[in-house]
Amino acid sequence: MFAVRIHGRGGQGVVTAAELLSVAAFTEGRHAQAFPSFGSERTGAPVVAFCRIDTRPIRTREPIAIADCVIVQDPTLLRHVDVLAGLRPAGSVLVNWAGPVDQLELPPGAVAVAATQLALRHVGRPVPNAALLGGFAALTGQVRLESVLDAIRGRFPASLAAANVAAAQEAYDLVRAECEERQDA
Amino acid sequence: MNGQRTFFYQVGTFAVGNRLLDPAMRAGQADPDRANALTSGHRACQGCGEALGARYVLDAAMRATGGKLVVVNATGCLEVFSTPYPETSWRVPWLHSLFGNAPAVAAGAAATLRAQGRDDVRVIGQGGDGGTVDIGFGCLSGMFERNDDVLFVCYDNEAYMNTGVQRSGATPPAARTATTPVVGDRSGNRFGQGKDLPVIAMAHRIPYVATATVADLRDLEAKVAHAMSLHGARYLHVLVPCPLGWGTASGDTVRVARLAVESGLFPVFEAEHGEVTAVRPIRRRVPVADYLRLQTRYRHLFTPTRCDDVLDAIGAVAEDNIRRYGLIEHRDVEHREVSP
Amino acid sequence: MRSQIEGSRAVAEAVALCRPQVIPAYPISPQTHIVEALSERVASGALHPCVFINAESEFGAMSLAIGACATGGRSYTATASQGLLFMAEALYNAAGLGLPIVMTVANRAIGAPINIWNDHSDAMSQRDSGWVQLYAESNQEAVDLHVLAFRLAEELSLPVMVCMDGFVLTHAVEPVDLPDQAGVDAFLPPFRPRQVLDPVAPVSIGAMVGPEAFTEVRYLAHVRQLEVLDRLPDLAGELAALTGRRISAVTPYRCDDADTVVVALGSVLGTLKDTVDELRDEGLPVGVVGVTAFRPFPVRAVAAALAGARRVVVLERALAAGVGGIVTADVRAARPGVACRTVVAGLGGRPVTRASLRAMLLDAVADRLEPLTFLDLNREVVDRELARAAATRRSGPAAENILHDLAGGGR
Repeated sequence: MFAVRIHGRGGQGVVTAAELLSVAAFTEGRHAQAFPSFGSERTGAPVVAFCRIDTRPIRTREPIAIADCVIVQDPTLLRHVDVLAGLRPAGSVLVNWAGPVDQLELPPGAVAVAATQLALRHVGRPVPNAALLGGFAALTGQVRLESVLDAIRGRFPASLAAANVAAAQEAYDLVRAECEERQDA
Repeated sequence: MNGQRTFFYQVGTFAVGNRLLDPAMRAGQADPDRANALTSGHRACQGCGEALGARYVLDAAMRATGGKLVVVNATGCLEVFSTPYPETSWRVPWLHSLFGNAPAVAAGAAATLRAQGRDDVRVIGQGGDGGTVDIGFGCLSGMFERNDDVLFVCYDNEAYMNTGVQRSGATPPAARTATTPVVGDRSGNRFGQGKDLPVIAMAHRIPYVATATVADLRDLEAKVAHAMSLHGARYLHVLVPCPLGWGTASGDTVRVARLAVESGLFPVFEAEHGEVTAVRPIRRRVPVADYLRLQTRYRHLFTPTRCDDVLDAIGAVAEDNIRRYGLIEHRDVEHREVSP
Repeated sequence: MRSQIEGSRAVAEAVALCRPQVIPAYPISPQTHIVEALSERVASGALHPCVFINAESEFGAMSLAIGACATGGRSYTATASQGLLFMAEALYNAAGLGLPIVMTVANRAIGAPINIWNDHSDAMSQRDSGWVQLYAESNQEAVDLHVLAFRLAEELSLPVMVCMDGFVLTHAVEPVDLPDQAGVDAFLPPFRPRQVLDPVAPVSIGAMVGPEAFTEVRYLAHVRQLEVLDRLPDLAGELAALTGRRISAVTPYRCDDADTVVVALGSVLGTLKDTVDELRDEGLPVGVVGVTAFRPFPVRAVAAALAGARRVVVLERALAAGVGGIVTADVRAARPGVACRTVVAGLGGRPVTRASLRAMLLDAVADRLEPLTFLDLNREVVDRELARAAATRRSGPAAENILHDLAGGGR
């Protein structure tokens, strides 16, 4: 079981990100379960979504308390929400951040990708979810990039899908390069 | 009438005898093969205006639809007196669900008929004033605004008669009911309250809204026939005196209904898409006291002393109706020209 | 076809496969995604000639369904929580009239205090309405139950409520296998009503019934409900031939040789089964009984499933204030003489976690469980509010006081 928690704000496509991730895992023949933190949050409010990936059917319904990976779609949340709660010691952190990751108070393994900038450049709107999923594929290897891209293509109309695919692809490349660089270091 | 103009000169009642008419123009009730949708043997009180009204409405609708009619009935007197099972007075497909949902149930029936392509079968919803203006109002307004293909008929006897004459949103000012008693200086139902449902219906801009009474049954039949020639949401508000609740003589039902119109207290009109298209003029205006005096629910206005202030206030209501609808456009006449 | 799909969408697909003719609906969270998806299908013509009606209220929606069904149209709607309560009068009416309407209830708490999250308070409040109540453990089961529900409803002339946990299931995206249209068509023949408003053969429906026959009419309603338990295995078998999955009124899990068994309904069963697996690995003889059909209550099947149990814990997702459990009473009647504890859990969306279930089960096995336990109850805030109320007459609104305490305000 691989458990992912995605933190963001209403309107950033947090729920969609969890869903797309589950679809990517599903297309690879695994079992996946995505669900939002249920609330009446309006645009801008902190929201959480969850995704479990497993080789066996997933029965549990509890929110993810112990996470293998945390994705932070909005770095301003770091000041308000304990996004690292329950993160496994060897767990991954992927944060949407344009600057050096050590500017943020995150565990040493945390990786930053400028997902909002990528989204603005490719999609024209500050929706960082697709780019972060590309980054997730590179960081964790839990799903293949192609599965993420297929999930995006299956979800959005062609032109919007293409823009998000480009953002995800670029984020994947950036995170992959970052990971390789760290391994070499 | 083959273009021939006929003048009817009658005294007092304005009623027109069928025998003078071309068979095609005769009342639906004059037809020995009429549907008898609400047939005899039911348990309505003697002189029940609602039973009279419902019989004319449904037979006219049966005639207009070639017998392809489905009827949904709100809880109330009409429902109770017509179906003391295993007896039923209904010779139409008839469903009673609840007090407050007849317009929605009727709209649901219309939806199935549409889905099944049975557009020839038409739907009527009906209820009393409680089921229409009060508890059923939400469903009625929903049916109106969606323009569902239903004719809803309100038989308005101005209070909750089935439960023992309690005030409804259609109870007129000063009327005594079991919950607007005459005690001390309290003089029955308050002024400045109540709903004018035909006008509210018009505000929905539905295809057809009409008022009628059991005093002019030809008019009632004609309005039903016209309503059934249209599609979409239609509303017919029929004043039906209740001998029990109004405290009138059983033989006076039609007379009291006529006085309600002739006093100006019950305007009879038609409206299409929110605009008044026709008004039945008052032919011989009578003082409101003539109408009220026949009803024990207004007895406190006459005994032990005559309450002129209240009678004047009721008169002002009538005056307002007359002005608003132009009920007296012509001079008072005792004869009327009828053309086919 | 198997796909990774949101629960609400999957249910909408399943309902669409059943070819409803009239869908009246009124929005309320968390069922909205279901009727949104259906309205889209109606608008696109994919569900032709189905009529979708935006009702003015849930009472209106159920009333529209009553009229539609009584005229011979296959009728479906969905609601939750306050909406179900707003329908209450029409629910009893639909059942009393024997109208086979199918409705999804996306289970949600009832206010006050207003709460949009999941528990079973809504459906439990209507358990005596005469509707069949089927509870889904997963979205796959929700889909299968909807297809079954139409067949069951129409065959027995009874309305059926398919209950699925709001948000937990309705908003969860997981793999669901949808049957194909030809298979559903074969399983679910066109609706042939027992009674119908038809000018060709006019009948009066909904007459007043007095003391001379009311008992008999109600008795028949009971008999009709019990027929569900007789027909369910056959219909579930037919459906299993189509889907490969078999629905049962009651499903025991690891109950062989279990001396402590938890009875539960709905999506909590998944977490519960994981917990039981964990305890079984540690050698504790615990099991689970999932109740799918709550109305009619499958007394014999529940008794059989609990035959070997020495202790029974009923995990309730609702509370009958003043008594405690709701399902508990029925379980006790099915297994009189066996120690039966009630655990009220997951009210108003509080997550039912494996950790809490594990601790509760360990208590149960050690006979430490109180007759009525509130899982994860924050005793401290309760005591503070009780103290406040004891200290001063105008202690204020309890719910707001507690929220204030939780926010660290303290008064």
